[in-house]
Amino acid sequence: MAEKKKETGNNSWFRMRIDGIKQRNADYKALDRKGKAKWWSEFLLRNAIYIIFALLIIYVQIYSMTNPSMKHAFLSFPTLIDILKKSSLAMFLALGVGGIIVLTGTDLSAGYIMGLSMCVSASLLQKSDLSTKMWLGMEPWPILAVIVLVMVICGIVGAFNGFFVAKFKLHPFIVTLATQLMLSGFLLIYMAWGNGDGAQLSGMTTLYKDITKGTVQMFGTSVPYYVFYAMVAVLIMTFIWNKTTIGKNMYAVGANPEAANVSGVNVGMTIIIVFMMAGMLYGFSGFIQAPFVGSVTPNSGDGAELDAIAACVIGGVSFTGGTGRISGIVIGVILLQIITVALQWLGISPNLQYIIKGLIILVAVAIDMRKYLVRK
Amino acid sequence: MSQYILEMKDICKVFPGVKALDNVSLYVRPGTVHSLMGENGAGKSTLMKCLFGINIRDSGTILLEGKEICFSNPRQALDHGVAMVHQELNQVMTRDVMENIWLGRFPKTKLGYIDEKAMYTKTKEIFDDLNIDVDPRICINKLSVSQRQMVEIAKAVSYNSKIIVFDEPTSSLTEDEVDHLFRIINTLRDRGCGIIYISHRMNEILRISDDVTVLRDGKPVATNRAKDLTTDMIIKQMVGRDLTNVYPPKTNTIGGVTLEVKNLTAEYLNLHNVSFKAHKGEILGFGGLIGAGRTELLETLFGVATKKEGDVYKNGKLIHNTNSRIAKINGFAYITEERRRTGLFNVLDITANTTISNMKKYMINHLYLSDKLMRIDTDWSINAMRIKTPGQKTKIRSLSGGNQQKVIIGRWLLTKPDILLLDEPTRGIDVGAKYEIYQLMINLANEGKTVIMVSSEMSELLGVCDRIIVMSNGYMAGEVNAKETTQEEILTLAAKYV
Repeated sequence: MAEKKKETGNNSWFRMRIDGIKQRNADYKALDRKGKAKWWSEFLLRNAIYIIFALLIIYVQIYSMTNPSMKHAFLSFPTLIDILKKSSLAMFLALGVGGIIVLTGTDLSAGYIMGLSMCVSASLLQKSDLSTKMWLGMEPWPILAVIVLVMVICGIVGAFNGFFVAKFKLHPFIVTLATQLMLSGFLLIYMAWGNGDGAQLSGMTTLYKDITKGTVQMFGTSVPYYVFYAMVAVLIMTFIWNKTTIGKNMYAVGANPEAANVSGVNVGMTIIIVFMMAGMLYGFSGFIQAPFVGSVTPNSGDGAELDAIAACVIGGVSFTGGTGRISGIVIGVILLQIITVALQWLGISPNLQYIIKGLIILVAVAIDMRKYLVRK
Repeated sequence: MSQYILEMKDICKVFPGVKALDNVSLYVRPGTVHSLMGENGAGKSTLMKCLFGINIRDSGTILLEGKEICFSNPRQALDHGVAMVHQELNQVMTRDVMENIWLGRFPKTKLGYIDEKAMYTKTKEIFDDLNIDVDPRICINKLSVSQRQMVEIAKAVSYNSKIIVFDEPTSSLTEDEVDHLFRIINTLRDRGCGIIYISHRMNEILRISDDVTVLRDGKPVATNRAKDLTTDMIIKQMVGRDLTNVYPPKTNTIGGVTLEVKNLTAEYLNLHNVSFKAHKGEILGFGGLIGAGRTELLETLFGVATKKEGDVYKNGKLIHNTNSRIAKINGFAYITEERRRTGLFNVLDITANTTISNMKKYMINHLYLSDKLMRIDTDWSINAMRIKTPGQKTKIRSLSGGNQQKVIIGRWLLTKPDILLLDEPTRGIDVGAKYEIYQLMINLANEGKTVIMVSSEMSELLGVCDRIIVMSNGYMAGEVNAKETTQEEILTLAAKYV
């Protein structure tokens, strides 16, 4: 079958992969013994992060199977769905920040933009009979209107970031740091508006909860809707990154902004749009997170951007710009969640978990940067 | 003591899949300039890297003044008096001249802090000695390329170097600056230094060298006294065949005016009142010294630099290229001077590098991009430009300079331009690839396109262009007919407003 497909040559993607594998195989065969040993050490180093993960998973699997106190094995549908759920929640932010990292930037305001969306969504979708309601007497908004509103607001905040990066050539680190500060202040003010107590928002409508956290039965366990939303977001972003001008321009601007400008790419607009798309993703993420958290506070989104950035880096989105794929980001997000879940299974204290996570990020970036080192 | 200051014997170096150096030997006599020649990829750089310990040689011996040496990094080489002036200058751009020279070994006072005064006097001494007119306290980024190169030479001298390697030192210098460089090199030679000189420019090689070693495909071809050689002989040795003409025959015919520029002045750059006409099927050259405003002119025409005043007419119609996108729509294409900085997307593959300027064409239903259309166009570019590459998905940084340049030209040809602006299109490209690029330019002119070319190589301007406009210090100094003019006339014009 595979041979046939190759001959007709209709499936270019398939043919390319096959040719690539054949080429690599031929290259490998051409090496002498010393070269082969080097090839293997290279291979191990390049994939070190994945090997570490594989070993960890195997270890936890054996641990869970041999330990009678465990209800079921680590690699089973309930755990996998759990990982999938956690990954889906983290996915939107990573998808957004990934584009900004391709542009050699970073986004420190992602968490707070998400927080903004959480607060706005929650405040507009509180039950109408709630006594501690922020906007007393106001009926809950239509769900779709809220989604559009938060995505527009967050898109504008993202575009605001992008504008300063593009027009004033400020480093995204500085711009988003400033935005983060401003947003954290604004959220504290916003939460005290109307009848708000300035501390937290809860009591969201049942419809809101159903549409985000509601589940369908699959594989003998319940899968919440937001998993599917995350999948759709992944598909849309894959399309945008690979199949649209804005995606191609994004890679070009990340690789060499000056060359992009001379080649007729609107560099400023590309940067603004990438930041805006990121903002919209944060916005949607916040919409989903609010009922998940249950009680939204002004700093609900605090620190979320760091996990997102870490996931992108583990997934091979390089800080040197111009490289990275959505598939990598998805893998990065899932791996990061696997490690969280696995460490919990092993009963490792949360404090130690932070240390291990930090080390993994360090290793991931070191391996990534190794590719760009000049060999001597 | 042996008759040679540096002997590299039977050096071999194998990279995965390639034999980069195959029993190459190089003998440098003290007090001579030894030129090392070869096409790109012939192994010149690798040989030098083996000398400096950047690459570790597989076999062979290196003797410096009769003693066997084996450096493991360039710093060690420097301490032993082996220095290199790189093609791409590695300098700390935000620090001043003397700091760059003494970096890593600052003179210290007894108390252990840096002795600025000693640093200044020592630098000044070297500069006076070599006749370099640069203030040691000035910041490096305020200097021209040629001045920065002088600083780099001074740095080599400050190590009391016995061997100094020059890697393509003249690729971005004007003729005057080359003269100055050669005076400095001659000074160094007369002191008994051994100079290794790498360059693609034939006339320079014969002017400056005492010995010439030619490499081809990692193998030594010959070492001769320069006085016994001619340009043709060197080219023959380099390419392994007779390259009868450096320039292809000119077959283009000139038609009506396509581009008319009136009083073009740039807002921020040094470019004033430039007026000229370019014709259909014409190759129009711009000559002059570095900083004469040639690149600035192209940038302003293409809308990358801001225009202050002046009008540009294309086919009699007034156009306003306010940015590169509008210029592209108006049928302009611009191949920039610094390929690495403003041309290449190093980490991206050939497909992305080829299609980036032409994205709209590949849109289907204004919705998504077609991989197939992009692949077809890239294939066209690879075939039409005769780009040597393993495949479309190869990262562009792994191609040679000539092939990279062809990818960029292909990128712009896909936008179907009428007016091509080429800024130093053959910089850093070997002889064979240069010929192909000249041929391409003539073919484009034959197709009725207007080709505007900037070059610092005067012979290239004379060989390929129909007319040459000479710029001087931001102004137009004059226009000459390429068939009738001489290098002297162009040089006189180039110095008109300096």
